[in-house]
Order: sequence, then structure tokens, then C-alpha cells
Amino acid sequence: MNIQLRFFASVREALGVSQETVAVPAHVATVGDVRAFLRERGGKWAEVLAEGKSLRMAYDQQMTDAATPVREGGEVAFFPPVTGG
Amino acid sequence: MTIRVQTEDFDLSREVAALRADSPQVGAVVTFVGTVRDVNDGASVAEMELEHYPGMTEKALQDIVEQAKARWDIYDALVIHRVGPLLPKDQIVLVAVTSAHRGEAFDACEFIIDYLKTQAPFWKKEQTPQGARWVDARVTDDEALAKWDMPSGSGR
Repeated sequence: MNIQLRFFASVREALGVSQETVAVPAHVATVGDVRAFLRERGGKWAEVLAEGKSLRMAYDQQMTDAATPVREGGEVAFFPPVTGG
Repeated sequence: MTIRVQTEDFDLSREVAALRADSPQVGAVVTFVGTVRDVNDGASVAEMELEHYPGMTEKALQDIVEQAKARWDIYDALVIHRVGPLLPKDQIVLVAVTSAHRGEAFDACEFIIDYLKTQAPFWKKEQTPQGARWVDARVTDDEALAKWDMPSGSGR
């Protein structure tokens, strides 16, 4: 299954990437699974996406949580708490 | 309902005039304008860069305005949010709400800006004498949201 990844603000800078398409294995079924799968890359990925970090997630451009299921072609985004206004 | 995300500045008078031009039933217009301060968390701010999530930003703003319309008896609402480089004193955001009477417009306007500050995907990066830094989210913003009985953070 292919997933579109988006990264913003401090998360984008720390990872050095703003977007990519990633093929995830069959056991990756939720947004939380995607996050855990990316942590397996190690280094800054393990650090930036660690559990307990104040990280926000969106699926198909809606704020969401780790339990949300992902589908083929879905868009998963990771970013820090928002600071607009 | 109008939502705009833009790099250009906006003119409050012109926007309010357009918002109520064809609406003689309007008896109240409440507006909020957010501007760039030259000091934040003890450091002077020379410049600011606003990043956002194109696509999601517009959806999030649309969603909040729809919630405000469902909750209060308002006629119309306008949200303009700027992105890109901004300087101290620059305007960042405009929220304008029209209604028959002031109470509904005041509440809806405050609700929209409170929600925007914690739910719409914008991020500020400041240039300070100590270098560039991402602005941290404020606990007080989450507290402001709590009074509308809205869950903050991830999910809604």
C-alpha cells in the first residue's frame, strides 16, 4: 500500500523532507502504525516521531489520532501544535 | 462564507463593506484583527514567516465557520489569514462576523479565532537576535478553546 507523507514546520526541518510517497507493509493499518513504521528508519526519524512528543497528525487533511485507519493513496501528515492567528 | 489564505495584506474597511453590502438585515458586525508583535517570549522579533498546509488549511477554516454558523444565529463570516514573510505591525488575520444583534456576532467571532489558533494548520517562525525559532503553542490557547467545550489537540 502506498501512502503520501507530508511534514510541516519544525518536523519538516528536523527530518529534512517536506513530502514523500512510501510503500508500507501489510501490517501498517492506522496512522499510528505509519508513525511507528517511520520510526524504524532510526536516527532523527525515531527521535522526531517518538511517542510522547507533542506531535499532531492529520489524515487526508483532517486532524486525527493514531487509531484512524489508512487506505491506499491516503495522505498522512505530521506537524507540531499549530500557532496561527 | 468567505475563506482566504493569501500573502497580500487586507483592508478592514473594504472587507467589512463587501461582507455586508447586500445584507440590509445586518445589525451588527464584529471583527478581530491579529497583528505581528515586535516582542515574543522575551526576545525581540525582527521578522516572522508563516507556513501552512495548503488544502487542509482552507478545509479547517471552512469547518470552523460552519460550526459557528450552526451554533449561533449569524448571517455571514469572513476569515482572511496571511502566510509568508511578515514584519512587526503587519496584519496577520481577520475574522469578521455579521448578525442581527451584537451578542451572536461577538461570540461567533471569538469562537472562530479561538478555534483557528489551535486547530488550523499554520505555524509561525520568528527571526530573533538569537536566531530563528519556531513559536511554541500556548497553553492559554487550549484553555481558551475549553470554554467552547471543544476538545483540543489531535482529533475533534
